[in-house]
Amino acid sequence: MRNFEYFEPKTFAEASALLTRYGGEAELLGGGTDLIIGMKDRTLTPGYVISLEHVPGIEGITYDDCDGLWVGAMTKMRAIERSSIVRERYTALAEGAEEVGSIQIRNLATLGGNIAHGSPAADTAAALLVLDAQVKIAGGEVERSVPIADFYLGPGQTVLRTGEILTGFSMPARSANSGSQYLKHKIRQVMDLAFVGVATSVSLSNGTVTDTKIGLAAVAPKPIRATDAEAIITGSSLSGEVLRQAAGAAAGQSSPISDLRCTAEHRREIVAALTKETATTAVARAQV
Amino acid sequence: MRKHPISFTINGDLQELFVEPRKTLLAVIRDTIGLTGTKEGCSTGDCGACTVIVDGEPVTSCMLLAVSANGKEVTTIEGISSPDQLHPVQQAFLETGGYQCGFCTPGFIMAAKALLDDNLDIPEDEMRHALGGNICRCTGYTKIVEAVLSAAETMRANA
Repeated sequence: MRNFEYFEPKTFAEASALLTRYGGEAELLGGGTDLIIGMKDRTLTPGYVISLEHVPGIEGITYDDCDGLWVGAMTKMRAIERSSIVRERYTALAEGAEEVGSIQIRNLATLGGNIAHGSPAADTAAALLVLDAQVKIAGGEVERSVPIADFYLGPGQTVLRTGEILTGFSMPARSANSGSQYLKHKIRQVMDLAFVGVATSVSLSNGTVTDTKIGLAAVAPKPIRATDAEAIITGSSLSGEVLRQAAGAAAGQSSPISDLRCTAEHRREIVAALTKETATTAVARAQV
Repeated sequence: MRKHPISFTINGDLQELFVEPRKTLLAVIRDTIGLTGTKEGCSTGDCGACTVIVDGEPVTSCMLLAVSANGKEVTTIEGISSPDQLHPVQQAFLETGGYQCGFCTPGFIMAAKALLDDNLDIPEDEMRHALGGNICRCTGYTKIVEAVLSAAETMRANA
């Protein structure tokens, strides 16, 4: 690993000032599980590393029925999967967090890092898409909020500008008649990257689906919503025919690549299968 | 490059060091402090051979900068037993033959210890999944699983 100057800012302003001063020469250190691998293989050679560990107010999980859920960017994946409110009301996010690496990795890796890294295959991205997450970004004096759907620009690219720091995620409160699931297709059960990840979230009213969101990971240049499939499910009571059509629509909206993991064609088939399964489970969970 | 003063406890002993920021906790544990029980396998967080316990939770020490351990409590394989009494997880690996070449063993033992400290009644399928971040390239998983189950039984009896 190339050597670097290391900073541990104690305030947000200090962190932001450092980031602005060193610009493209600097990397932010969250949990380090992507950054340190990059520095070891020298695909990343920052002259300056700025740790966010001691910046107050960007770690933790809070919930109330009015404002909904807030998860700080520095919150560990392990804390998210263990949170009872996340498990109960934002189930897809708990399941996404749980799919990251191993327990040892999840004790280091952070939600902010998983998203800021910009990977189209990020395990938590599909869940955040269907849970309507707003990405909170701060830089200098200005704070802004970007819907997760607009956060990604392409592989490894996000709307984060130099000097800006991702501080957390907020998600609206969810009623008891909502349910969600994230499923990841992989070969190894642990420590594998997603061939395909699909999250579905639904709300129900008298047996009819009133709201549907489907998020797809690892099958497009960035995590995307399968809006055609959502429109087919919303307003239905999720019959077999609706599921079949929605699965086809989701596969049709994906634009996967063929790589060493599998072919694009196979990925589309997995999108269809996981769309059916997550929609079915999300509805079942909404009924409990 | 500027070295950083850090202090942390390792197996109960306070260590005060000046470290280059690029040094991982694993490198400092092995090369600076001289505790070589913790192994370096893949160095990318995939194999779990470098597992240590930091503030009660297992982490891959190859993925953590030593400067990030400042102020924390680190436990390595050397810190879980006394000279005359092995930890029940160590004893179980020994009795079951839960190792072949032994290189992955310290990491497995630390991960298993952390797991059982959290839940002594963990079902076998969950335990297998939870140890998925540890790889044995001799592929002796059956005996490893037996060892962890046996350790859990001993620890439950002594609880």
